[in-house]
Amino acid sequence: MENLISIGVRSIFIDNMIFAYFLGMCSYLAVSKKVSTAFGLGLAVIFVLGFTIPINWLIQNHILNQGSLAWISPELANIDLTFLQFIVFIAVIASMVQLTEMAIEKFSPALYGSLGIFLPLIAVNCAILGGALFMVGRSYTLGEATVFGIGSGIGWMLAIVALAGIREKMKYSNVPGPLRGLGITFILVGLMSLGFLSFMGFSL
Amino acid sequence: MSTEVAEVVKEKKSEPLFSKKNRKLVSNPLDIDNPITVQVLGICSALAVTTQMKPAFTMAISLLVVVIASNVAISALRNTIPSRIRIVVQLAVIATFVILVDQVLKAYVYDVSKQLSVFVGLIITNCIVMGRLEAFAMGNKIGPSLLDGFGNGLGYGIILMIVAFFRELLGSGAIWGVKIFELVGLKYPGNGLMLLPAGACIVVGVIIWVQRSLNGYREA
Repeated sequence: MENLISIGVRSIFIDNMIFAYFLGMCSYLAVSKKVSTAFGLGLAVIFVLGFTIPINWLIQNHILNQGSLAWISPELANIDLTFLQFIVFIAVIASMVQLTEMAIEKFSPALYGSLGIFLPLIAVNCAILGGALFMVGRSYTLGEATVFGIGSGIGWMLAIVALAGIREKMKYSNVPGPLRGLGITFILVGLMSLGFLSFMGFSL
Repeated sequence: MSTEVAEVVKEKKSEPLFSKKNRKLVSNPLDIDNPITVQVLGICSALAVTTQMKPAFTMAISLLVVVIASNVAISALRNTIPSRIRIVVQLAVIATFVILVDQVLKAYVYDVSKQLSVFVGLIITNCIVMGRLEAFAMGNKIGPSLLDGFGNGLGYGIILMIVAFFRELLGSGAIWGVKIFELVGLKYPGNGLMLLPAGACIVVGVIIWVQRSLNGYREA
Protein backbone atom coordinates (compact mmCIF):
# COMPACT_ATOMS: atom_id res chain seq x y z
CA MET A 1 0.00 0.00 0.00
CA GLU A 2 2.78 2.42 0.97
CA ASN A 3 4.47 1.54 -2.27
CA LEU A 4 1.33 2.42 -4.24
CA ILE A 5 0.98 5.79 -2.53
CA SER A 6 4.60 6.62 -3.19
CA ILE A 7 4.23 5.70 -6.89
CA GLY A 8 1.10 7.85 -7.07
CA VAL A 9 2.78 10.89 -5.51
CA ARG A 10 5.89 10.38 -7.60
CA SER A 11 3.95 10.26 -10.86
CA ILE A 12 1.92 13.37 -10.01
CA PHE A 13 4.65 15.65 -8.73
CA ILE A 14 8.19 14.38 -9.11
CA ASP A 15 8.04 12.51 -12.43
CA ASN A 16 5.41 14.85 -13.81
CA MET A 17 4.77 13.98 -17.46
CA ILE A 18 5.08 17.59 -18.58
CA PHE A 19 7.73 19.10 -16.36
CA ALA A 20 10.10 16.17 -16.05
CA TYR A 21 9.69 14.41 -19.42
CA PHE A 22 7.93 16.88 -21.73
CA LEU A 23 5.40 14.31 -22.82
CA GLY A 24 2.18 15.54 -24.36
CA MET A 25 3.54 19.01 -25.06
CA CYS A 26 1.69 19.62 -28.33
CA SER A 27 -1.80 19.57 -26.91
CA TYR A 28 -0.45 21.06 -23.68
CA LEU A 29 0.59 24.23 -25.48
CA ALA A 30 -2.30 24.35 -27.89
CA VAL A 31 -5.26 23.76 -25.57
CA SER A 32 -4.07 25.79 -22.59
CA LYS A 33 -5.66 29.10 -23.57
CA LYS A 34 -8.79 28.65 -21.43
CA VAL A 35 -9.07 26.99 -18.02
CA SER A 36 -12.39 25.24 -18.75
CA THR A 37 -11.15 23.56 -21.95
CA ALA A 38 -7.86 22.66 -20.31
CA PHE A 39 -9.76 21.03 -17.45
CA GLY A 40 -11.89 18.99 -19.86
CA LEU A 41 -8.91 17.76 -21.82
CA GLY A 42 -7.15 16.95 -18.55
CA LEU A 43 -10.05 14.76 -17.47
CA ALA A 44 -10.04 12.98 -20.82
CA VAL A 45 -6.31 12.31 -20.48
CA ILE A 46 -6.75 10.90 -16.95
CA PHE A 47 -9.49 8.63 -18.25
CA VAL A 48 -7.48 7.37 -21.22
CA LEU A 49 -4.26 6.91 -19.22
CA GLY A 50 -6.06 5.18 -16.37
CA PHE A 51 -7.46 2.57 -18.75
CA THR A 52 -4.77 2.09 -21.35
CA ILE A 53 -1.86 1.51 -18.98
CA PRO A 54 -3.38 -1.48 -17.15
CA ILE A 55 -4.65 -2.90 -20.48
CA ASN A 56 -1.22 -2.50 -22.01
CA TRP A 57 0.30 -4.07 -18.90
CA LEU A 58 -1.85 -7.16 -19.38
CA ILE A 59 -0.92 -7.35 -23.05
CA GLN A 60 2.78 -6.89 -22.36
CA ASN A 61 2.96 -9.46 -19.59
CA HIS A 62 0.62 -12.10 -20.96
CA ILE A 63 1.17 -11.91 -24.70
CA LEU A 64 4.26 -10.00 -25.77
CA ASN A 65 7.01 -10.89 -23.30
CA GLN A 66 9.20 -13.86 -24.00
CA GLY A 67 7.75 -16.96 -22.38
CA SER A 68 4.50 -15.24 -21.45
CA LEU A 69 2.49 -17.19 -24.02
CA ALA A 70 3.06 -20.35 -21.98
CA TRP A 71 -0.47 -20.08 -20.59
CA ILE A 72 -1.84 -21.07 -24.01
CA SER A 73 0.43 -24.03 -24.54
CA PRO A 74 3.96 -24.83 -23.37
CA GLU A 75 5.18 -25.02 -26.97
CA LEU A 76 4.72 -21.28 -27.31
CA ALA A 77 7.01 -20.49 -24.39
CA ASN A 78 9.94 -19.48 -26.61
CA ILE A 79 8.11 -16.90 -28.65
CA ASP A 80 9.23 -13.32 -28.10
CA LEU A 81 6.83 -10.77 -29.51
CA THR A 82 8.26 -7.64 -27.89
CA PHE A 83 9.03 -6.09 -31.29
CA LEU A 84 5.26 -5.75 -31.78
CA GLN A 85 5.04 -3.58 -28.67
CA PHE A 86 4.64 -0.20 -30.37
CA ILE A 87 2.00 -1.27 -32.84
CA VAL A 88 -0.09 -3.14 -30.27
CA PHE A 89 0.09 -0.34 -27.72
CA ILE A 90 -0.90 2.28 -30.23
CA ALA A 91 -3.85 0.17 -31.37
CA VAL A 92 -5.10 -0.10 -27.77
CA ILE A 93 -4.67 3.63 -27.27
CA ALA A 94 -6.41 4.54 -30.52
CA SER A 95 -9.44 2.42 -29.70
CA MET A 96 -9.61 3.78 -26.14
CA VAL A 97 -9.53 7.33 -27.50
CA GLN A 98 -12.32 6.47 -29.91
CA LEU A 99 -14.41 5.27 -26.94
CA THR A 100 -13.66 8.40 -24.92
CA GLU A 101 -14.63 10.53 -27.88
CA MET A 102 -17.99 8.79 -28.16
CA ALA A 103 -18.57 9.15 -24.42
CA ILE A 104 -17.80 12.87 -24.40
CA GLU A 105 -19.90 13.49 -27.52
CA LYS A 106 -22.85 11.81 -25.80
CA PHE A 107 -22.59 13.38 -22.36
CA SER A 108 -21.10 16.81 -22.97
CA PRO A 109 -21.56 18.17 -26.51
CA ALA A 110 -20.25 21.58 -25.40
CA LEU A 111 -16.94 20.15 -24.26
CA TYR A 112 -16.85 18.02 -27.41
CA GLY A 113 -17.16 21.14 -29.52
CA SER A 114 -14.49 23.08 -27.68
CA LEU A 115 -11.92 20.28 -27.64
CA GLY A 116 -12.34 19.91 -31.40
CA ILE A 117 -9.43 18.29 -33.18
CA PHE A 118 -7.53 17.72 -29.95
CA LEU A 119 -9.79 14.95 -28.80
CA PRO A 120 -8.79 12.48 -31.54
CA LEU A 121 -5.28 13.80 -31.15
CA ILE A 122 -5.10 12.36 -27.62
CA ALA A 123 -4.32 9.18 -29.54
CA VAL A 124 -1.07 10.80 -30.60
CA ASN A 125 -0.53 12.49 -27.25
CA CYS A 126 2.94 11.30 -26.34
CA ALA A 127 2.01 11.18 -22.66
CA ILE A 128 -0.23 8.17 -23.28
CA LEU A 129 2.23 6.08 -25.29
CA GLY A 130 5.11 7.38 -23.18
CA GLY A 131 3.30 6.27 -20.02
CA ALA A 132 2.86 2.80 -21.47
CA LEU A 133 6.54 2.58 -22.43
CA PHE A 134 7.71 3.83 -19.02
CA MET A 135 5.43 1.27 -17.41
CA VAL A 136 7.24 -1.49 -19.30
CA GLY A 137 10.67 -0.02 -18.64
CA ARG A 138 10.12 0.21 -14.88
CA SER A 139 8.58 -3.29 -14.60
CA TYR A 140 5.62 -2.36 -12.42
CA THR A 141 3.03 -4.84 -11.17
CA LEU A 142 -0.58 -4.50 -12.36
CA GLY A 143 -1.65 -2.48 -9.29
CA GLU A 144 1.35 -0.21 -9.54
CA ALA A 145 0.76 0.30 -13.25
CA THR A 146 -2.84 1.39 -12.66
CA VAL A 147 -1.81 3.85 -9.96
CA PHE A 148 0.98 5.11 -12.17
CA GLY A 149 -1.46 5.65 -15.06
CA ILE A 150 -3.99 7.58 -13.03
CA GLY A 151 -1.27 9.54 -11.22
CA SER A 152 0.40 10.59 -14.46
CA GLY A 153 -2.98 11.70 -15.77
CA ILE A 154 -3.61 13.81 -12.68
CA GLY A 155 -0.14 15.31 -12.94
CA TRP A 156 -0.78 16.20 -16.58
CA MET A 157 -4.11 17.81 -15.74
CA LEU A 158 -2.53 19.78 -12.90
CA ALA A 159 0.09 21.11 -15.26
CA ILE A 160 -2.30 22.11 -18.04
CA VAL A 161 -4.80 23.79 -15.70
CA ALA A 162 -2.00 25.74 -14.01
CA LEU A 163 -0.63 26.93 -17.36
CA ALA A 164 -4.10 27.86 -18.62
CA GLY A 165 -4.69 29.92 -15.47
CA ILE A 166 -1.48 31.87 -15.99
CA ARG A 167 -2.15 32.38 -19.70
CA GLU A 168 -5.62 33.76 -19.00
CA LYS A 169 -4.07 36.38 -16.71
CA MET A 170 -1.24 37.06 -19.13
CA LYS A 171 -3.63 38.48 -21.73
CA TYR A 172 -3.51 41.70 -19.71
CA SER A 173 0.25 42.05 -19.61
CA ASN A 174 2.40 43.94 -22.04
CA VAL A 175 4.59 41.28 -23.65
CA PRO A 176 7.05 42.31 -26.43
CA GLY A 177 5.49 41.66 -29.85
CA PRO A 178 7.67 38.85 -31.22
CA LEU A 179 7.59 37.05 -27.88
CA ARG A 180 3.82 37.14 -27.62
CA GLY A 181 1.91 33.86 -27.70
CA LEU A 182 4.15 30.86 -28.18
CA GLY A 183 7.48 32.38 -27.16
CA ILE A 184 6.44 33.62 -23.75
CA THR A 185 4.50 30.40 -23.15
CA PHE A 186 7.67 28.37 -23.62
CA ILE A 187 9.60 30.53 -21.17
CA LEU A 188 6.68 30.26 -18.75
CA VAL A 189 6.72 26.46 -19.00
CA GLY A 190 10.46 26.57 -18.33
CA LEU A 191 9.93 28.58 -15.16
CA MET A 192 7.09 26.33 -14.00
CA SER A 193 9.29 23.32 -14.62
CA LEU A 194 11.98 24.93 -12.43
CA GLY A 195 9.37 25.27 -9.70
CA PHE A 196 8.41 21.61 -10.00
CA LEU A 197 12.09 20.67 -9.72
CA SER A 198 11.87 21.47 -6.03
CA PHE A 199 9.79 18.32 -5.60
CA MET A 200 12.84 16.29 -6.59
CA GLY A 201 14.24 16.85 -3.13
CA PHE A 202 11.62 14.57 -1.61
CA SER A 203 12.74 11.00 -1.26
CA LEU A 204 9.86 8.56 -1.36
CA MET B 1 18.59 2.50 -41.87
CA SER B 2 20.83 2.21 -44.91
CA THR B 3 18.37 0.30 -47.06
CA GLU B 4 15.61 2.73 -46.30
CA VAL B 5 17.67 5.76 -47.22
CA ALA B 6 18.69 4.12 -50.48
CA GLU B 7 15.04 3.56 -51.34
CA VAL B 8 14.18 7.18 -50.74
CA VAL B 9 17.06 8.45 -52.81
CA LYS B 10 16.08 6.24 -55.73
CA GLU B 11 12.57 7.58 -55.72
CA LYS B 12 13.77 11.14 -55.71
CA LYS B 13 15.76 10.63 -58.92
CA SER B 14 12.63 9.73 -60.85
CA GLU B 15 11.07 13.08 -59.87
CA PRO B 16 10.57 15.76 -62.49
CA LEU B 17 12.67 18.94 -62.17
CA PHE B 18 11.89 20.98 -59.10
CA SER B 19 9.22 23.48 -59.94
CA LYS B 20 8.79 26.65 -57.90
CA LYS B 21 5.82 25.18 -56.08
CA ASN B 22 7.76 22.05 -55.20
CA ARG B 23 10.70 24.08 -53.98
CA LYS B 24 8.35 25.95 -51.67
CA LEU B 25 7.27 22.62 -50.16
CA VAL B 26 10.81 22.13 -48.96
CA SER B 27 11.75 25.69 -48.07
CA ASN B 28 8.59 26.81 -46.25
CA PRO B 29 8.91 24.39 -43.31
CA LEU B 30 12.45 25.63 -42.77
CA ASP B 31 11.33 29.11 -41.82
CA ILE B 32 7.85 30.61 -42.05
CA ASP B 33 6.03 27.31 -41.61
CA ASN B 34 8.46 25.57 -39.28
CA PRO B 35 6.90 22.53 -37.62
CA ILE B 36 8.32 23.37 -34.19
CA THR B 37 8.39 27.13 -33.87
CA VAL B 38 5.28 27.99 -35.90
CA GLN B 39 2.99 24.97 -36.03
CA VAL B 40 3.98 23.87 -32.49
CA LEU B 41 4.19 20.20 -33.40
CA GLY B 42 6.60 17.58 -32.14
CA ILE B 43 7.74 19.58 -29.14
CA CYS B 44 8.15 16.66 -26.74
CA SER B 45 11.13 15.10 -28.45
CA ALA B 46 12.59 18.46 -29.39
CA LEU B 47 12.94 19.27 -25.71
CA ALA B 48 13.79 15.86 -24.36
CA VAL B 49 16.61 14.62 -26.60
CA THR B 50 18.54 17.84 -27.02
CA THR B 51 20.97 17.79 -24.08
CA GLN B 52 23.70 16.70 -26.50
CA MET B 53 24.11 17.05 -30.22
CA LYS B 54 24.80 13.41 -31.05
CA PRO B 55 21.48 11.94 -29.86
CA ALA B 56 19.69 14.97 -31.27
CA PHE B 57 21.23 14.26 -34.68
CA THR B 58 20.21 10.60 -34.55
CA MET B 59 16.71 11.64 -33.58
CA ALA B 60 16.52 14.16 -36.42
CA ILE B 61 17.62 11.58 -39.00
CA SER B 62 15.20 8.97 -37.62
CA LEU B 63 12.30 11.38 -37.80
CA LEU B 64 13.29 12.48 -41.31
CA VAL B 65 13.23 8.87 -42.50
CA VAL B 66 9.91 8.12 -40.81
CA VAL B 67 8.16 11.26 -42.01
CA ILE B 68 9.31 10.78 -45.63
CA ALA B 69 8.49 7.08 -45.71
CA SER B 70 5.06 7.39 -44.12
CA ASN B 71 4.17 10.44 -46.20
CA VAL B 72 4.95 8.47 -49.36
CA ALA B 73 3.12 5.37 -48.14
CA ILE B 74 -0.02 7.20 -47.08
CA SER B 75 -0.03 9.29 -50.22
CA ALA B 76 0.12 6.10 -52.30
CA LEU B 77 -2.74 4.59 -50.31
CA ARG B 78 -4.79 7.76 -49.96
CA ASN B 79 -7.60 6.76 -52.32
CA THR B 80 -8.13 3.37 -50.70
CA ILE B 81 -8.22 4.44 -47.04
CA PRO B 82 -11.77 4.80 -45.68
CA SER B 83 -11.89 8.18 -43.97
CA ARG B 84 -13.54 6.87 -40.80
CA ILE B 85 -10.64 4.67 -39.83
CA ARG B 86 -7.87 6.76 -41.35
CA ILE B 87 -6.25 7.57 -38.01
CA VAL B 88 -5.76 3.91 -37.17
CA VAL B 89 -4.38 3.23 -40.64
CA GLN B 90 -2.00 6.17 -40.37
CA LEU B 91 -0.82 5.04 -36.95
CA ALA B 92 -0.24 1.53 -38.23
CA VAL B 93 1.86 2.81 -41.13
CA ILE B 94 3.88 5.14 -38.89
CA ALA B 95 4.36 2.43 -36.26
CA THR B 96 5.70 0.05 -38.90
CA PHE B 97 8.36 2.51 -40.03
CA VAL B 98 9.24 3.42 -36.45
CA ILE B 99 9.75 -0.24 -35.58
CA LEU B 100 12.10 -0.54 -38.58
CA VAL B 101 14.08 2.52 -37.51
CA ASP B 102 14.17 1.37 -33.89
CA GLN B 103 15.49 -2.07 -34.83
CA VAL B 104 18.14 -0.55 -37.09
CA LEU B 105 19.27 1.86 -34.35
CA LYS B 106 19.44 -0.98 -31.83
CA ALA B 107 21.55 -3.02 -34.24
CA TYR B 108 24.06 -0.37 -35.34
CA VAL B 109 24.23 2.42 -32.73
CA TYR B 110 23.18 0.70 -29.53
CA ASP B 111 24.59 3.37 -27.17
CA VAL B 112 22.67 6.19 -28.78
CA SER B 113 19.54 4.08 -28.95
CA LYS B 114 19.86 3.42 -25.20
CA GLN B 115 20.30 7.15 -24.59
CA LEU B 116 17.19 8.04 -26.59
CA SER B 117 15.23 5.45 -24.53
CA VAL B 118 11.51 5.76 -25.17
CA PHE B 119 11.81 8.70 -27.52
CA VAL B 120 12.42 6.68 -30.69
CA GLY B 121 9.18 4.83 -29.97
CA LEU B 122 7.52 8.16 -29.35
CA ILE B 123 8.13 9.18 -32.97
CA ILE B 124 4.88 7.27 -33.54
CA THR B 125 3.04 9.88 -31.57
CA ASN B 126 5.14 12.75 -32.86
CA CYS B 127 2.56 15.21 -34.04
CA ILE B 128 4.69 16.28 -36.99
CA VAL B 129 4.35 12.92 -38.72
CA MET B 130 0.66 12.63 -37.95
CA GLY B 131 0.03 16.27 -38.83
CA ARG B 132 1.73 16.00 -42.21
CA LEU B 133 -0.22 12.84 -43.04
CA GLU B 134 -3.51 14.50 -42.16
CA ALA B 135 -2.77 17.87 -43.70
CA PHE B 136 -0.78 16.92 -46.76
CA ALA B 137 -0.31 13.30 -47.72
CA MET B 138 -4.04 12.47 -47.60
CA GLY B 139 -4.72 14.97 -50.38
CA ASN B 140 -1.61 15.08 -52.53
CA LYS B 141 0.32 12.97 -55.03
CA ILE B 142 3.38 10.94 -54.06
CA GLY B 143 5.98 13.37 -55.44
CA PRO B 144 4.87 16.49 -53.55
CA SER B 145 4.25 14.38 -50.42
CA LEU B 146 7.82 13.17 -50.52
CA LEU B 147 9.12 16.73 -50.76
CA ASP B 148 6.77 17.89 -48.05
CA GLY B 149 7.98 15.15 -45.74
CA PHE B 150 11.58 16.01 -46.55
CA GLY B 151 11.02 19.70 -45.84
CA ASN B 152 9.24 19.17 -42.57
CA GLY B 153 11.71 16.58 -41.37
CA LEU B 154 14.52 18.99 -42.18
CA GLY B 155 12.78 21.92 -40.50
CA TYR B 156 12.41 19.82 -37.37
CA GLY B 157 16.01 18.66 -37.56
CA ILE B 158 17.40 22.19 -37.89
CA ILE B 159 15.62 23.45 -34.79
CA LEU B 160 16.65 20.31 -32.93
CA MET B 161 20.31 20.88 -33.81
CA ILE B 162 20.18 24.58 -32.85
CA VAL B 163 18.64 23.79 -29.47
CA ALA B 164 21.09 20.94 -28.87
CA PHE B 165 24.03 23.15 -29.86
CA PHE B 166 23.22 25.80 -27.27
CA ARG B 167 22.28 23.33 -24.57
CA GLU B 168 25.44 21.27 -24.99
CA LEU B 169 27.68 24.32 -25.31
CA LEU B 170 26.29 26.16 -22.29
CA GLY B 171 25.36 23.10 -20.27
CA SER B 172 28.50 21.02 -20.46
CA GLY B 173 30.87 23.28 -22.39
CA ALA B 174 31.13 20.92 -25.32
CA ILE B 175 30.23 20.68 -29.00
CA TRP B 176 29.52 17.22 -30.41
CA GLY B 177 31.10 15.70 -27.29
CA VAL B 178 34.33 17.72 -27.68
CA LYS B 179 35.11 19.85 -24.61
CA ILE B 180 35.59 23.07 -26.53
CA PHE B 181 36.42 25.31 -23.57
CA GLU B 182 39.12 23.02 -22.25
CA LEU B 183 40.74 22.87 -25.69
CA VAL B 184 41.36 26.61 -25.67
CA GLY B 185 42.52 26.47 -22.06
CA LEU B 186 39.49 28.03 -20.35
CA LYS B 187 37.84 26.55 -17.32
CA TYR B 188 34.08 26.19 -17.74
CA PRO B 189 32.20 24.51 -14.90
CA GLY B 190 29.03 23.96 -16.94
CA ASN B 191 25.61 25.44 -16.38
CA GLY B 192 23.39 22.73 -14.95
CA LEU B 193 20.23 24.69 -15.72
CA MET B 194 20.74 24.13 -19.44
CA LEU B 195 20.76 20.37 -18.98
CA LEU B 196 17.47 20.43 -17.11
CA PRO B 197 14.11 20.36 -18.89
CA ALA B 198 13.59 23.97 -17.84
CA GLY B 199 16.64 25.11 -19.80
CA ALA B 200 15.29 23.50 -22.97
CA CYS B 201 11.99 25.39 -22.71
CA ILE B 202 13.76 28.69 -22.25
CA VAL B 203 16.12 28.07 -25.19
CA VAL B 204 13.19 27.23 -27.48
CA GLY B 205 11.33 30.31 -26.25
CA VAL B 206 14.31 32.51 -27.09
CA ILE B 207 14.72 30.88 -30.52
CA ILE B 208 11.07 31.64 -31.28
CA TRP B 209 11.62 35.20 -30.10
CA VAL B 210 14.62 35.69 -32.40
CA GLN B 211 12.93 34.03 -35.36
CA ARG B 212 9.80 36.12 -35.04
CA SER B 213 11.77 39.33 -34.62
CA LEU B 214 13.49 38.51 -37.91
CA ASN B 215 10.52 37.43 -40.01
CA GLY B 216 7.99 39.78 -38.46
CA TYR B 217 5.42 37.10 -37.59
CA ARG B 218 3.16 38.23 -34.72
CA GLU B 219 0.60 36.37 -32.66
CA ALA B 220 -2.48 38.29 -31.58
